Amino acid sequence: MAELTYRDAVAAGIAQEMERDERVVFLGEDVAHAGGVFKATVGLLDKFGPRRVRDCPISEQAIIGAAMGAAMTGLRPIAEIMFSDFLAVCWDMIANEIAKTRYMTNGQIALPLVIRTANGAGSRFGAQHSQSVENWAMAVPGIKVVAPAFPADVKGLLAAAVRDPDPVLFFEQKSLYSMKGEVPDGEYVDQLGTAKVLRHGKDCTIVALALMVHRALGAAETLEQQHGISCTVVDVRSLVPLDTQTILSEVAKTGRLVTVEENPRLCGWGAEIASIVADECFWDLDGPILRITTPHIPLPSADQLEDHTIPSVERIVREIREKID
Amino acid sequence: VKGKKAAAGDDIGRETRLELYRMQLELRYCEQRAYDLFLQNLVKGTSHLSLGQEAIAAAFGVAMRLDDWTFCTYRGHAHTLARGASMSGVLGELMGRECGLLGGKGGSMHLTDVTKGAMGSYAIIGAHLPVAAGAAWSAQYRGTEQVAVCFFGDGTTNIGAFHEALNFSVVWKLPVIFVCENNLYMEYTPISAVTAVEHPAADRASAYNLEKVVVDGNDADGVYRTAVKYMNRARKGGGPALIEAMTYRHSGHSRADPAKYRPEGELDKWLERDPLKIYRERLLGLGLVEATLKDIEAEVMRKVDEATATAKASPPPSLAAIEKDVWADGGVAWRN
Repeated sequence: MAELTYRDAVAAGIAQEMERDERVVFLGEDVAHAGGVFKATVGLLDKFGPRRVRDCPISEQAIIGAAMGAAMTGLRPIAEIMFSDFLAVCWDMIANEIAKTRYMTNGQIALPLVIRTANGAGSRFGAQHSQSVENWAMAVPGIKVVAPAFPADVKGLLAAAVRDPDPVLFFEQKSLYSMKGEVPDGEYVDQLGTAKVLRHGKDCTIVALALMVHRALGAAETLEQQHGISCTVVDVRSLVPLDTQTILSEVAKTGRLVTVEENPRLCGWGAEIASIVADECFWDLDGPILRITTPHIPLPSADQLEDHTIPSVERIVREIREKID
Repeated sequence: VKGKKAAAGDDIGRETRLELYRMQLELRYCEQRAYDLFLQNLVKGTSHLSLGQEAIAAAFGVAMRLDDWTFCTYRGHAHTLARGASMSGVLGELMGRECGLLGGKGGSMHLTDVTKGAMGSYAIIGAHLPVAAGAAWSAQYRGTEQVAVCFFGDGTTNIGAFHEALNFSVVWKLPVIFVCENNLYMEYTPISAVTAVEHPAADRASAYNLEKVVVDGNDADGVYRTAVKYMNRARKGGGPALIEAMTYRHSGHSRADPAKYRPEGELDKWLERDPLKIYRERLLGLGLVEATLKDIEAEVMRKVDEATATAKASPPPSLAAIEKDVWADGGVAWRN
């Protein structure tokens, strides 16, 4: 085990896969010489050279389209979209082309590619550089959707995404880039579609993703220490495929479901999980499902406004106490 | 094939010319059949015909290497057939039959046959230009000397993906040939009414450090020579080309369009320049005899008849196809 930052785990995951497989190539804006605007890809150009690590013009459609064309003809590209908000300018490539091509062609075309992107709030960047848009991707059949919360998961799930035969949208939470954590040495590959139970409790199951996992863990600690409420915390890690079995069994054990999402309220991923739980383990529930989300507004930028908008540890504690006490 | 020596006496040669003629006929007869089947309510959904534009698809189809890649638009029947895709597969797909190239899951606008290098028909304007660039990147990366050829209409030149793909391909010096089929109309509107330059593609070439190339898209020989020239250059690392081929569609934009917006006499003028008519006269002028051409025409018609019969005999797709092939494991599961 080595202690790595979340951002270093990105580079480590990419490097591991590029070393293993000559077909893996990496492209994006400012990713090569500059090492990425979040410095998550520093060193890859030196290690693998300009043939495999390529700077691109500000042309998101060209970047994602090129990744698609390369993937269907034998390469395994990793493309970076600098901020997940910019997925909107290449959404045709993702939602209409990449997601649908295998199905429409009756399985003729395979698209083994990964699109990495910096997602989410916490950096005071305002409404066009802070959105949490993993629920957009989840709504389109044909894309796998992954969002790690820890450096080890970044490396392991990124490796799994690169090796996956299907297109994967990989959401990195940008305010986690400087977070440190233990990452297994050597070749490390995790499994898509698996949630992780990070904490076991009796009273309530909190299901969270990415940055919200850390806030859920913080809230669970406070609830236990100060209020005698004991919480299970499940890190979803992968929205598609979705590990519903882990979620359902953990909800059944506590009789309560709380989802904590960065997504704005309407059609956030928690709504889908709430629906599945209501359908499939309604009789195990001891009370209403609680969804804690960002309000249905564009994100404001000032410290106090952004902090007040995104679910905080304090808000999670308060809302759970209101529901459960 | 009986013909005078003169027909073989230039850079193209008799065999290739006969191939070009046969290919244009296949595209013409097959699409005319598709239209007939539509009138019989056997072709469903929409369809966008290339009638009048066949010389471009045929010339590239004949000029391309077997392992080259074609990317085309929703007006892609001709380009897909020109790579050798099964005719019953094309007609079957238009008719929503199991024998369709896509098993009935894609329809007219998404014809694909990867085994023939037909890498898809893309129904969102402009999307496939970056995709073709990506395939070209893969060829460059692997050193295979394959070329990607990307066909699109004049209307595509006004969407962002066109410009992104051109700049990207030139900067990376990719082996991709962009072929704009300028049929004078973007859907229902004259392209000249909505475009800042006279030649919507070629006049933009200089912005991407490319040469201006305009060809007569109704002359299969001219298109063939242009295709060979720029594909050879691209194979040798010379980078992309942007070719604007002037042509005209004999029918409307799609089956819903009677094309009433065209000025009187315009269609008649272009029918005089019908690529098949031009090519037939050229072959006769080069010494090929009428009987040879009639034999080819009859053969192609037989092929279309057989393909039609095969497609008509094919059942509708099994409902099991609905829940197949979202993922590489063949399934559609999004949860456990």
